[in-house]
Amino acid sequence: MLTMIGKRLMFAIPSLIGVVIVTFLLTRALPGDPAAYFAGPAATKEAIEQIRKKLGFDRPLIEQFFRYANDLAHGDFGTSLTTGQPVATELRNRLPASAELTLLGLFVSVMIAIPLGVLAATRPGSWIDHLCRVTTTAGVSLPVFFTGLVLVYVFYFRLGWSPAPLGRLDVFYSAPPTVTGFYLIDTLIARDFEAFRSALSQLIFPATTLAIFSLAPIARMTRASMLAVLASDFMRTARASGLSPGTVIVTYAFRNAMLPVVTTLSMVFSFLLGANVLVEKVFAWPGIGSYAVEALISSDFAPVQGFVLTMAVMYVLLNLVIDILYGVIDPRVRLEG
Amino acid sequence: MKRRDFLKSVSGLAAGAMVPAPAIWSPAKADARSETLLIVSEGGPNNLDIHGVGTNVPGYEVSWNCYDRLITHEMKSGPGGVPYYNRDKFKGELADDMNVGDMSVTFKLKKSAKFHDGTQVTAKDVKWSLDRAVSVGGFPTFQMSAGSLTKPEQFVIVDDSTVRVDFATRDRLTIPDLAVIVPCVVNSELVKKNASEKDPWGLEYTKQQTAGSGAYKVTKWTAGTEVIMERNDAWVGGPMPKIKRVIWRMVPQAGNRRALLERGDADISYELPFKDFQEMKANGKLDVVSLPFSNGIQYIGMNVTRPPFDNLKVRQAVAYAIPYQKIIDAVLFGLANPMFGAAKDKPTEVAWPQPHKYYTDIEKAKALMAEAGYPNGLETTISFDLNFAGVNEPLCVLVQESLAQIGIKATINKVPGANWRTELTKKEMPLFTNVFSGWLDYPEYFFYWCYHGNNSIFNTMSYKSPEMDKFIDGARKAAAFGDKAAYDADVKSFVDLAFTDIPRIPLYQPFVNVAMQKNVSGYQYWFHRRLDYRAMTKG
Repeated sequence: MLTMIGKRLMFAIPSLIGVVIVTFLLTRALPGDPAAYFAGPAATKEAIEQIRKKLGFDRPLIEQFFRYANDLAHGDFGTSLTTGQPVATELRNRLPASAELTLLGLFVSVMIAIPLGVLAATRPGSWIDHLCRVTTTAGVSLPVFFTGLVLVYVFYFRLGWSPAPLGRLDVFYSAPPTVTGFYLIDTLIARDFEAFRSALSQLIFPATTLAIFSLAPIARMTRASMLAVLASDFMRTARASGLSPGTVIVTYAFRNAMLPVVTTLSMVFSFLLGANVLVEKVFAWPGIGSYAVEALISSDFAPVQGFVLTMAVMYVLLNLVIDILYGVIDPRVRLEG
Repeated sequence: MKRRDFLKSVSGLAAGAMVPAPAIWSPAKADARSETLLIVSEGGPNNLDIHGVGTNVPGYEVSWNCYDRLITHEMKSGPGGVPYYNRDKFKGELADDMNVGDMSVTFKLKKSAKFHDGTQVTAKDVKWSLDRAVSVGGFPTFQMSAGSLTKPEQFVIVDDSTVRVDFATRDRLTIPDLAVIVPCVVNSELVKKNASEKDPWGLEYTKQQTAGSGAYKVTKWTAGTEVIMERNDAWVGGPMPKIKRVIWRMVPQAGNRRALLERGDADISYELPFKDFQEMKANGKLDVVSLPFSNGIQYIGMNVTRPPFDNLKVRQAVAYAIPYQKIIDAVLFGLANPMFGAAKDKPTEVAWPQPHKYYTDIEKAKALMAEAGYPNGLETTISFDLNFAGVNEPLCVLVQESLAQIGIKATINKVPGANWRTELTKKEMPLFTNVFSGWLDYPEYFFYWCYHGNNSIFNTMSYKSPEMDKFIDGARKAAAFGDKAAYDADVKSFVDLAFTDIPRIPLYQPFVNVAMQKNVSGYQYWFHRRLDYRAMTKG
């Protein structure tokens, strides 16, 4: 098992090197001149040149690349020009915010989508099947920012039930001491229940937005794969042997239907990390998505490179986790395969 | 300014500062709220120090409130009774006394002035800070040079609490340039301690924290998310501010900023679409302040170095084809000062901005096109900065429509914000819209950057005219020596020439719009158009 993990990680190294090179070249190919942008509204040509020199953009591309690679090897992701902070610190501070939101969104989505998919599969053509079809179609056809804005408009602006969409905590609460970076957990560790409530209420609507968006693939995949399993021979045997319908569906059918669902889950998760960008914008969420987009708009190279690299690493780890999960769910899946 | 007036205003301030602000300590959230100002805006600072590399405009707001300058402007009553900075009157902030001589100005520092860490503000700090401003390069150095402040030798320590600034040449803009945001006074000992060989001015240190003597200090800054500032209770630069704490949150969605304001959760916001401001103004739940940019104009520029816009007749045709009123009504919802259609017989004023005499007249424009040798029209592109697409895009569409009527087929070219400045520097765009506004509110300042033959980046049209240069240089010189008659004549001449040659067509003077809760008062208009928390009150 451990050697397998080591091997997988080894295989990831060439792809990470590729990612480093490609992002470096892509960010340089972006239109726009960061020196001119950061020289400010009243810059002369000389001022722009001065800044270009200061930022090292006057050197040949290859030299810039080796300097960048050297910095990376030392754990230095460079400094963002828009926020003025080291990229590594920013990513470290912002990643938990995105991860907390995405994981909660995914959790809510799974909690709704899987039972819905299973029920729809066991009773095809019934009202619950139609409900499943309608919710998933509606969920997937609403763009996330739209769902987010509607939720803010209805629940914050009109009804006043939800707190102001101002990020992770109400402005008058201070953040709990960082342990995991997840406010829901850190506030509990700090025994600050008021802050916990505030963090939770801030999370509900952005997480719901993400959940609505990701319902469709999970529910549909669960339904399809359940239908396939339910129609197979061993199910008939199980039923014929007089097992209770609960055991048949949960132990035999569902476990066998899980593999494609887990695959979908991993895809949905990476998908959500992308969709996060818009949700973060709508809810002023201090995550990595909004950070990367802002950097991109101002042709700020370092954060874009850092962001892409972080995402690449996360995908590698995610794939690894999914592969291990396969083995746990179905021992027939060989880890080496 | 007379010395006596200066002393009077300063002693008044000192008396104000001595009355202690009532200390209300209450853990209750409600009380904390009444002393806290919650600002929401789209963007936040990228650097807390205006001397830093590439500090953005929100960063100026932090610098303004957290650092002091030697002098600052008095207030006067502006349009609609809103306090407006007085261009011509100065008062001391760190200085107690200002003595203007023929070729130098001497400042005496307030003895009670202390930095946030409790150390005394001395002449050494002032000199170090001004040296820093003229030496670091980039924007701060450029801004200092606008007032002929270019060399460290110009700043002289007379004694521990006296500084002299020597003039390089006689320039009317030197004193006003000492009151802009850039020449702020930094705690030199503290910063030097945190400087390195690679970074002798300690820019890395002041990027992350404020090291000044100003009315507020930054206690927490999460870039791109929030800035928290606390009042400096030992501030002597002016009357003690009422607001104890400022929380400035970045909310990227304009719709959410409006919702936050209307629900009463946020106290103040700017950077909203004009339509929102106009609607909020109409429904009256919030106070909306709209004031014209001082010395600012949105214009249509034409590159005069190459056809077709090197032809005066074509430029005039465009000036008669622009749908001025439509732009004001449909794009800006009336929130702008028109800069067109002055009466035929109206004499030119010694002022800027002022309206020109062109108006929308398609028939006349068509005739001019025929005269210019383009009876069948021509093709061109019209470019704009996507960062300000909210205004620029509809504006360009209206212009495009109108130009089509006189046979000019203009393709719209949207330039991403990061690229805009590069495009401007290249000076290749044939037709474009842009805004220029100067911190220093003097006509010759505007013209020096926008029309002078030295072809600065803001002379986006590459306009060169020896006659124009003569008038601009003449006005600068006349201003420096106080020759009013010559100055007036030169200003009128360059304004007239700018309108006859029409390399750029002024459209309107934009408004800065700020929306706030009814219980928030004390908003002041400053040349930098950012918020001054020091005068604001709540409740």
